[in-house]
Order: sequence, then C-alpha cells, then structure tokens
Amino acid sequence: MNDQAPESINGALIRLEGITKVYGSGPAAVHALKGVDLKIDKGEFVAVMGPSGSGKSTCMNILGCLDTPTAGAYRFKGADAGALSRDQRALLRRNFLGFVFQGFNLLSRTSALENVELPLIYRGVPARERHAMARDALHAVGLTGWELHTPAELSGGQQQRVAIARAMVIEPEVLMADEPTGNLDSTRSREIMELLCSFNRDRGVTIVMVTHDAGMAGYAGRIIRFLDGLIDSEEPGGGCRP
Amino acid sequence: MIWETFVLALRAIRRNVLRSFLTILGIVIGVAAVITMVTLGDGATEQVRADISSLGSNMLQVRPGQGFRGPGGVRIPSERFKISDAQAIEREIAGLEAVAPTANRSAQAIIGNRNWPTSVMGSTNDYLTVRDWPLEHGRVFTEGELQSGRAVCILGTTVVKELFGDQDPLGAFIRLDRLSCQVVGVLSSKGQSSFGQDQDNTVLVPLKALQRRIAGNTDVEAVMVSAMEGVSTEALREDIERLMRERRRIAQGRDDDFHVRDMEEIVSALTSTTRVLTALLGAVAAVSLLVGGIGIMNIMLVSVTERTREIGTRLAIGAREKEVLMQFLIEAVVLSSLGGIFGIALGLGAAALGAHLLGVPFVFNAGIVILAFVFSASVGVVFGFFPARQAARMDPIEALRHE
Repeated sequence: MNDQAPESINGALIRLEGITKVYGSGPAAVHALKGVDLKIDKGEFVAVMGPSGSGKSTCMNILGCLDTPTAGAYRFKGADAGALSRDQRALLRRNFLGFVFQGFNLLSRTSALENVELPLIYRGVPARERHAMARDALHAVGLTGWELHTPAELSGGQQQRVAIARAMVIEPEVLMADEPTGNLDSTRSREIMELLCSFNRDRGVTIVMVTHDAGMAGYAGRIIRFLDGLIDSEEPGGGCRP
Repeated sequence: MIWETFVLALRAIRRNVLRSFLTILGIVIGVAAVITMVTLGDGATEQVRADISSLGSNMLQVRPGQGFRGPGGVRIPSERFKISDAQAIEREIAGLEAVAPTANRSAQAIIGNRNWPTSVMGSTNDYLTVRDWPLEHGRVFTEGELQSGRAVCILGTTVVKELFGDQDPLGAFIRLDRLSCQVVGVLSSKGQSSFGQDQDNTVLVPLKALQRRIAGNTDVEAVMVSAMEGVSTEALREDIERLMRERRRIAQGRDDDFHVRDMEEIVSALTSTTRVLTALLGAVAAVSLLVGGIGIMNIMLVSVTERTREIGTRLAIGAREKEVLMQFLIEAVVLSSLGGIFGIALGLGAAALGAHLLGVPFVFNAGIVILAFVFSASVGVVFGFFPARQAARMDPIEALRHE
C-alpha cells in the first residue's frame, strides 16, 4: 500500500464486493457476512446499525483492515486491501485510518499529549514535530490546557476527545468509530457527535460509525442497517446540522 | 524508534516500581553473588601470589628425591646432596645471582630459663640473597666463620621477641639444643607465609656448624638458587637438571632422582586451587541468575496479559508485529540490565567489605563486571522473548475486546 495508490475511476474510496466472512469450518461454521456489497465515497459520514450478531462489527473490522474477508473483494482507494499481509494491513492503518473505540482505549498513566503522539511515534515523526502536531490535535478537540493530564484525571467525554485527537492527528482518510458515544451520557454524546461532524464537514474526513443509538445515527448522511450478515436497508440520515 | 521504545519501557517499569524491583531481585542477587565470589577469589589468589613472592624472587630449589611421592606415598630413596653439588652448580651454571646450600633442623632455642622451639637453618650468606631477606641489624657471617663452622647465629624476629623481649640480642649467647652460639645479627621481619608458617621463627647458622654440631652429618638437604635479573627460570631449571643428571650419572631414559622446583610452579599449583574454587562458586551463583531470568519471564507474561487492551490499541493504530515485539523485549532487557547494574554495585560493595573482613586485597576485575552485565542483559533477551512474541502475535480484534 502506498500513498500514490490510484483513485478508482468512479471515485469510491471504499468498495466491498461480495464480501463473506466465515468463522470455523464444517457444520460448526458461522457465516458472519454472507456477501456484502458496499460503496463509500470520500467525505461521506456513514452510520452502521443493526442488532448484535448481524455482522456489522465483522464488517467494520474488515473495513478497518483489522480482519480479512473469507471471500470477496475489498478495494481501498482502488487498491486490493483484502489480500494484504498482517504487516501491510498495519501500515495501511497507520497511514490512512483513525480509530475511535467505545472504551476510549487510552494508555493509562500516560498523559493526553503522549497518547495523541502514539500513532506519530509509529510513523517515525521526530519528537519536536510530534509534540506540535499532538498539541494542535488536542486544541482541535477543545482540550488545550489538558495536555499533561492522564486519562484517570479526565472525564469520559474528555477521554473520548483525546481518543478522537489521537485518531485525527495522522489526518486519516477514514475515521472508524465503534460506538464512540456508547459510554457517555446524552449531553457528552451530542458534543462528541458535533465534534465528529465538524471534522467531517471542515476537513472532509470520511467517517464510518457503528452505533446502536438512532439519535446518534441521525447525524450521519447515510444509515446502513445490517441483518443476518447482509445489508438489510439503506436510508439517508439527517446529516450534520450546522 | 528504539529510543522511543526504550523511554516507553522505562515508563512502564516506573509505573510499577515495587513489582519491577521484586522482579529484578533475582537478577540482583545472582549478579551480586557472582561478582562477590569472583572478586574475593581473585583477592585470595592475589594474596597467595604475594605471599609466595615474599619467599624470594626468581628462586629455584634443588632437592634430592622426586617431586612427587611414589605409589602409596613412599618417598623413593635417593642419594643426598653434598656441598660439592652446590659448588658445581655455582661453577657450571650461568645466569645465577646466588647459590645457597641449605640444611634444616628443628631445635629448642634456650637462653637462661627461656625456651622456644624454632627451626635452625644452616646455610651461607647467599641464603639471604636468594630469599631477598635483608638484616635488620648486626652483621652477616664472615668468610672465616663459614669456613670453620663457628657457632654464630642470626636470629629471626620471632625468636628475638620470645627469647629477649625488648632487649638487644647482639653479642648474647644462646643455646640451640647442645650448640651454644653467639648472636651476630637479626633478620628483618617477613611475616607469615601463605601456608600459615611464621617465617620469622628461624635461626640462621653457618652450614658447617649445623652439619657438625646439630645434624651430625655432611648432607645438604636443598640447594636454593636465584636467577639474575632477566634470566628465565625455565632455562636455568633445564641447565641445572642436565648438570645434576650428569653428576648423579642418571642414564638416558631413567627418571631424575632429584627435583628442581621453581616458585612459579608453586604459585600456579596454589592459585589453580583457588581458581577452581572461584569457578565453582561462580557457577553456583550463575544458577541464581537463571532463576532470576525465569522470574522476569513470569512477570513479563503477567504484564502482557494485563496490557492486552493496550497491545490491541497499538496494533489497531498501526504498530507492526516486530514493533510490539521490540517494545516488550526491550522492557525485559531494561529490567534485567537494571538488575545487573544494581547487582554489580551490590556485589562490589559486598566484595569490598568481605575483602576487608577476610584480610585479602580487593581486586577489581573489570572482565567479570562486564561479563555479568552482558549476561544479565542476555537473560532479559532470552526470557523476555517468549512473552514479547505472545504480545506481538495477538489478534488486534480479540485484544481490543479483552476486559
């Protein structure tokens, strides 16, 4: 995977064709995905919904290059991302993908600044530049002044902001958000959603978000519902209100 | 990246100071034990070497009989040396500083009602040269006294102390068994030998006086020679052996019935014993290093399990397998190296204290310090590898889900 990967002709950033995922084998095999076709354009904000066991998490893992499909084609920026090795997928995530998790997943006893710097360390960014970039990213999520606080000293909403800063600091093509508001109250949830919206709107970052909450899904431009390993329905969302 | 990882490892260690300390305790104790044992062993070796060189520098001893006893510990009988043998050595062999024929008897030294058991050495003034043993005061024997075997004697400091206390012994007459002799000199003090013998408990008399008046024969028990500066004792030994074989008419292929011992031989015999002991103790200590390594592996495995979510996060944001591997490997190596450093400090401290208490010199052995450090770092690599590989091979999805 490299930066000069050609954009596909129709401009789709992500394209899934007939993706299946089977866990186990023989009669005990579980068919988590049964042939999913999906196209996500650059700059879209897509919400993924569905009951547990519907295959949405599996699909997210494949989209996030954390997992590989059993069959089918996954093209990311026009390149075949389905057949990459473990290390190649790691490099792809490092360079193009940002992750936000329900449980924040910050390193404990490590300052907000250092948490945000983590992906830059793996990219080999020199320390001075790294500090500046991490400060900017924390500023963008409204945490100026909290740089040296550890996760234990931050509220849940603040922790998720640090996590968003960590995902955004590499200026990813796609932000993968897995129930980003799952652990937050409604006020904090709305703040986080507005933050995501602002990145989508102002920076044009593509967002794919898994959520159970229809209210949160309403912020997306498109809502995809999974059922039994297939995309059940697609509908336009309310989109981000200015 | 390596530097970042190193800093990261230090931070992880600092996060849990008590656990890190307990983890490296095994390594600390192991390394400290190795360093202490080896340093004290080196000190003891050095001590033995110093003691033996106080016997006299470049000294060779020629004695009748074989160096080693025959089967059953029986000394194989052989012809005694005479004064002519010593004279022949002096005449024929080049590169000698001094040649001293000697004979030795134990006797009671008596003055008035004081009585002290001592060793009487019959020899010439050359004995003092060979043994590098100056007089404290008085004089050496005159040529006339040596020729006629007059009853004069030079006392070691122990004998002076026991018989005379603080009084001046010069000119006094003492009795050695039946021989009454006049004190003409006092030897300087040499102290104890490494065999625990008091070298100053001796009385030196002219060889002829001992032979005639105490031993009652004309035997020479040993010829002590010393090499001139820069002359190899090995070459001298061969020359002397050739000469003595000739004089004693030993046919080709037959064993010598005499023995030439040089001090190097004695030194190496003694130091090899302490060296074996040092190696053994070092080996025992090395086992505790192994145990320490297992301790590190155990804690690293716990740490990897505890930090599963962290590992998952790192993998998700793009850490490659080898980067996670390096992180945990470096953490293990930093831990074990810290253990090594503390262990070296502790070991050197204990060795210095031990050397002081045992009265042996403190010999700093840079080799063993470096070896101990490298070894402890390698313990980290070896025992850290398995846990680190476990971390690196985690499935990011599983790891992220881990509670």
